[in-house]
Amino acid sequence: MKKFILVRVVNILITLLIIATLTFFLMKTLPGSPFDEEKLADLTEEARMEFLARYGLDEPVHVQYFKYMANLAKGDLGLSYYYKEQPVSSIILERIGPSALIGFQAVVLGLSIGIILGMIAAFRHNTVWDYFTMIIAVLGVSIPNFVLAAFLQFYVGLKMGILPVAYWESYDHSILPTIALTVGVIAQIARFMRNEMLEVLQQDYIMTAQAKGLGDWVVMIRHAIRNALIPIVTILGPIVVSLMTGSLVIESIFSIPGIGSLFVDSIKMNDYTTIMGLTLFYSAFFILAILIVDILYGIIDPRIRVHGKG
Amino acid sequence: MAPLLSIKNLHVSFHTYAGKVHAVRGIDLTVERGETLAIVGESGSGKSVTSKAIFGLLPKHNASIEHGEIWFDGQDLLTLNKKEMQRIRGSEIGVVFQDPMTALNPTMKVGKQVVEGAMKHRKLSKKEAYDLAIELFELVGIPNPEVRIHQYPHEFSGGMRQRVVIAMALACKPKLLIADEPTTALDVTIQAQILDLLREIQQKTGTAIIFITHDLGVVANIADSVAVMYAGKIVEKGKVEEIFHEPIHPYTWGLIQSVPNMETKGKLYAIPGSPPDLLKPPKGDAFAPRNEYALAIDYEKQPPTYQVSDTHFAATWLLHPQAPKINYQKKIAEQLHDEEDNKVKDNDVLLKVNNLKKYFNLPSKQVLKAVDGVNIEIKKGETFGLVGESGCGKSTTGRTIIGLYEPTEGDIIYDNQPVNERNRGAFHQKIQMIFQDPYASLNPRKKVEDIIAEGLDIHGLVQNKQERQERVQQLLEAVGLQPDHAQRFPHEFSGGQRQRIGIARALAVEPELIIADEPISALDVSIQAQVVNLLKDLQKERELTYLFIAHDLSMVKYISNRIGVMYLGVIVEMAEADELYKNPLHPYTQALLSSVPLPDPHVEKTRERIILEGGLPSPVDPPRGCRFRTRCPLATEKCLEAPQWREAEKGHWVACHYA
Repeated sequence: MKKFILVRVVNILITLLIIATLTFFLMKTLPGSPFDEEKLADLTEEARMEFLARYGLDEPVHVQYFKYMANLAKGDLGLSYYYKEQPVSSIILERIGPSALIGFQAVVLGLSIGIILGMIAAFRHNTVWDYFTMIIAVLGVSIPNFVLAAFLQFYVGLKMGILPVAYWESYDHSILPTIALTVGVIAQIARFMRNEMLEVLQQDYIMTAQAKGLGDWVVMIRHAIRNALIPIVTILGPIVVSLMTGSLVIESIFSIPGIGSLFVDSIKMNDYTTIMGLTLFYSAFFILAILIVDILYGIIDPRIRVHGKG
Repeated sequence: MAPLLSIKNLHVSFHTYAGKVHAVRGIDLTVERGETLAIVGESGSGKSVTSKAIFGLLPKHNASIEHGEIWFDGQDLLTLNKKEMQRIRGSEIGVVFQDPMTALNPTMKVGKQVVEGAMKHRKLSKKEAYDLAIELFELVGIPNPEVRIHQYPHEFSGGMRQRVVIAMALACKPKLLIADEPTTALDVTIQAQILDLLREIQQKTGTAIIFITHDLGVVANIADSVAVMYAGKIVEKGKVEEIFHEPIHPYTWGLIQSVPNMETKGKLYAIPGSPPDLLKPPKGDAFAPRNEYALAIDYEKQPPTYQVSDTHFAATWLLHPQAPKINYQKKIAEQLHDEEDNKVKDNDVLLKVNNLKKYFNLPSKQVLKAVDGVNIEIKKGETFGLVGESGCGKSTTGRTIIGLYEPTEGDIIYDNQPVNERNRGAFHQKIQMIFQDPYASLNPRKKVEDIIAEGLDIHGLVQNKQERQERVQQLLEAVGLQPDHAQRFPHEFSGGQRQRIGIARALAVEPELIIADEPISALDVSIQAQVVNLLKDLQKERELTYLFIAHDLSMVKYISNRIGVMYLGVIVEMAEADELYKNPLHPYTQALLSSVPLPDPHVEKTRERIILEGGLPSPVDPPRGCRFRTRCPLATEKCLEAPQWREAEKGHWVACHYA
């Protein structure tokens, strides 16, 4: 297991290195920069050079690259071009709070509600319960989260006035965005869980468990759920990813100062160091999520665990 | 004393989209304390449904018990509520299912699974449960129980898993053990171990066993009484000797004759047709359309059950005082006399395989040596049988010969021409294959016509559409199907019919050699006989050569001229079929032969068996020297050296130091 994790961590570092290199050169080859000559036209040549020197832009590209990489190794993502003289890493840290809260709430709620709904639907297969859950699931999957967000803002926020429409001032401000993000996840997980449960309940070992005279709930909890969860774990990675990308739009709609809206803004402003910093941050996050999923997989499924030893 | 279990007039139906299926249509059955009752029947006969009705696990949503009583130990199980039934299931009736690979929860330690039921019903403490688990593992012969109970199912072999399942069923010392095809998924040597174990357990604990199976050999081995089921009814029941030696129902006759024993020669008896559709059960005797002795009344009225002796009952109009008497024993004797030349033909060699090896690289960087130096010679027009247990490499051998796998090493010489990568195309038409699973080997989205004609198209053997159609129709007739079947899709056919389509497909390009990989093992007994007869007839008509790969030794013995016995990637013995059976030299062949259950209770209950210990070692790391030495009763230090492949007697090859 230790060896397995070690190999994976090395792989992650190599992947990040490649992503950093790619984004770096992509940014360099793209036209347009916050310091384009026409934008700085009113500066003297001297002032312009000084300006470029401060951001290290006067040097040849390969030198810039190695410097960037060296700084990266120290955890320094460089200075933002747009937010005056602030290091990118501290901007990200500052804005991570709201995103993390919403994302975490959405994952926890989405998973738990989704799994429970899926179980109920499977256990009460072909009854009103099942149909009801599946209608909700289909709606949840098919309504885009930004439409839901606007709907919630209008009815819950404006018409009823129960919860704040936008901004980030108190915990209440996180509720509507969380709901907007969660519904899709619930729907996805519920459908998946239902199908997995139905599949598992068909298995011979469920009949074996019943043949031991165990009660329905014991069979369900002890024998069915864990086996149904195994495939759920595999789709966890993609779900976390979709939550993060979903949050780009949601944060903009609710005017939340999170990293999603930071990303959108920095793209609008050609703030290259921030874009690169965020890209790396997202990449690292996704890769980590996948690693965690793989480890979870091993914990939940003993057949995988043995493989990990070898 | 009242019998332990008595079923009275039980009717079970299933509600499906197509309508109501009458799976069990009024059966009466009793099981005495401590006896073993075998319920025999083909798929769809209602034998498993009956067992599920007893332990109350019919699928809730579509099954209904329409009528009947199931008296178990003084109470009618059908009147009990859910809670009471759960208590009965765990503590009074134990169940063993068919497939040990799927019957255990893969995410729970086996020890816990085994005692879980007992913990609930007998309210055991943790310590007591642990002791019980150890005790049960010892009872079912799992070595090292202290370690084993903490392992997960995937760490056990198939045979060991079935022992775990049996231990689980025995956890509460049930009065009745229901075993639903418990050895069908296992290899013969493992099957012999499990049958032995069940008998031993019965002696120790006195539990009664209901043993559900389609294999008459197993029945003869283990049963005290037998009930033969057909189309949801019991057509005959009696003591095991009565059923095998004085069968009365024509279906029982057919079943017994369909199974070749080691001496069967000539044409195998095959029950014609296939079982009725229980969506619309026939008015009269369901077996009438397949019964060559059917009387007019058979089509009109269901026969009553006649009592022949104290214990022997049969439901056939042939027992009516006015019915003609048929001498079944004489019939069988005639059949056996109809001998046929099964001798090896002294023809040219068609296929020669020299030192064939096929290794697979595993993701874990290990090498799986599936086939490790196989030598075969097949003569024109003969049938060469390749037998061995699962995992011995027999299928891989067949697939490598036909070119589905690239050989790692070795030569394949076909008709004196070496086959290699470049000229392989030229041999594709000459060698064809028939696969095991008739359900998976036909593309469900293609019409039968296109399935059969695919080879014709590829090899450009037909000029136009009309010729193609004619050829397909000829082929369909050759394999005993109707020409108008060409326009249908595979799902419209039964398993046996599908296998015929597979055979027609193989024949389409007029091959010389057919590799048949377990072509009958997925079929019911009566259908097996039909397909085997078809293969034999086609061989005679078209001068085909067969490589017949199977695990069923008596069937291989029946169909083959010569046989090769494979073990762990190598052939350990090769001889003419009769010679191999009468004079097996290799200890593995001897064990294999003695493990095959034969459909004769007298033979089964008296003969000495060589029971091999353990299971097949891993082909990733096969034992050094003689591969069989880890399980061989004769093994000595000498066996650390690989034995030579030598001709011990004329035409009889063996690889063993002590043969």
